[in-house]
Amino acid sequence: MSDVVVRGVSRTFPSVRGGEPVQALSPVDLTVGEGDFVAILGPSGCGKSTLLRIVAGLDRPTTGTVTLDGRPVAGPGADRGMVFQSYTLFPWLTVVENIEFGPRERGVAAAERRATAEKLMAQVGLTQFANHYPKQLSGGMQQRTALARALANDPKVLLLDEPFGALDHQTRSLMQELLLSIWETHRKTVLFVTHDIEEAVFMANRVLVMSARPGRFKSEVPIPFAHPRSYKLKTTPEFGRLEEQLTEDIRGETIIAVQAGF
Amino acid sequence: MKPLEPVSTTARVVLGISFFVIFFAAWAAVTFGGLVPKIFLADPVTMLQEGWYLITNHGFLVDIGVTVWRVVGGFILAALVAVPLGLAMGAYKPVEAFFEPFVSFARYLPASAFIPLFILWAGVGEKQKLLVIFVGSVFQIVLMVAVAVGSIRRDLVEAALTLGARDQGIVGRVMVPYAAPQIAEILRLVLGWAWTYVIVAELIGSSSGIGHMIIESQALLATGQMIFGIIVIGVIGLISDFLFKAVNQKMFPWSTI
Repeated sequence: MSDVVVRGVSRTFPSVRGGEPVQALSPVDLTVGEGDFVAILGPSGCGKSTLLRIVAGLDRPTTGTVTLDGRPVAGPGADRGMVFQSYTLFPWLTVVENIEFGPRERGVAAAERRATAEKLMAQVGLTQFANHYPKQLSGGMQQRTALARALANDPKVLLLDEPFGALDHQTRSLMQELLLSIWETHRKTVLFVTHDIEEAVFMANRVLVMSARPGRFKSEVPIPFAHPRSYKLKTTPEFGRLEEQLTEDIRGETIIAVQAGF
Repeated sequence: MKPLEPVSTTARVVLGISFFVIFFAAWAAVTFGGLVPKIFLADPVTMLQEGWYLITNHGFLVDIGVTVWRVVGGFILAALVAVPLGLAMGAYKPVEAFFEPFVSFARYLPASAFIPLFILWAGVGEKQKLLVIFVGSVFQIVLMVAVAVGSIRRDLVEAALTLGARDQGIVGRVMVPYAAPQIAEILRLVLGWAWTYVIVAELIGSSSGIGHMIIESQALLATGQMIFGIIVIGVIGLISDFLFKAVNQKMFPWSTI
């Protein structure tokens, strides 16, 4: 049972040079069951990335706890794979070596990790680019490699921090379909942070809307569409209605965030 | 000409060579034209003749070999100490806090000022020459390597952590490969400086080497020989630089440096 349970987690960043301490995140509660796909939607600066980093173990909560399968999260680990918004492939490793990085760190035998990497490269369509270095790849290809790299550890949870945020709209749509098809195959628990409403509705099983800083969950919208989902879903009236509802929910928060200077 | 507009390969080569041509033409003009007395500045032809004389009659090639050996020897010793220390300082902040103030101070101690002291300690033999180059290079490499390693992109470290890497993996398989091309660049740069130290060391209390030849030639007022020696240093520097660059490109094909 791969439950992610967040209990009363808040984060306050200490003051910088005599300024006020900044509370990025109000105490929040969240439970993500095994195989669930949850999108966290919020304006920039609302603390959604901070929450994800706390679940990843890259940041410590000021209060509260995060548990995975009942065990408290004390730091980063291979059981929680993460894809970042920035391009974080290791530039000195080729595509296949990047994907093998995690298994290699965990001491998986060479033949086995190569087999895993080859399977994942086929899934994300990068087999022909196995021996390319990141600098030879487009942004979309880099993020596909990053996704394969995170999956190579067979993590219990996949944490995605606006992974397609830097991509152009068309590439982004294709990446969403790719991620969705991978989720439909692996049924990993996914926590997906984004500020793109369409992206959230298209992929997630439920969308949590976060308020402006300090972030807290403002509303939860279940997304009833069955899987597998096709891109054609995006033009249905029901999809449009959900988008509209979320737009209303997030609009007020964005105005607050803009006025606060983010 | 427009700012940042690229130049074609042919034009680049032609322009690069033409400066040398102009340089030698100007030199020939002032010496052959009698503008500068021969006693202060030999003309290019005399320089080449005296250079040939040095090589054939005075075994100057051996001097060149000795100097190259000293630079390379002292430089390798310095790199062997400095690179691991710089890595440790870049990766572990307490190590940096312990060494950094002293190394920053020691970096400003001029290696050439130590020569009289080194002669007292190590005589005028090879040990003293190696010591000068070692002291001149080691602190520079330490600091620059520490900065290169410490400037690792945080998100790469975080990505490695979420992939299950532990401390050893972070240092050995993320920080070191990340900094490796920069470290190679640092070594190339400092090797250039090491050439200055060796010549200074050879000017004072030495019986062989390019620097020794230059100081001997001064006593004979043989400016052609002195200039030949200086040009030889420049040419060797250019060759070593070229080799270093070629090796770096071969070793780090992924790098953008």
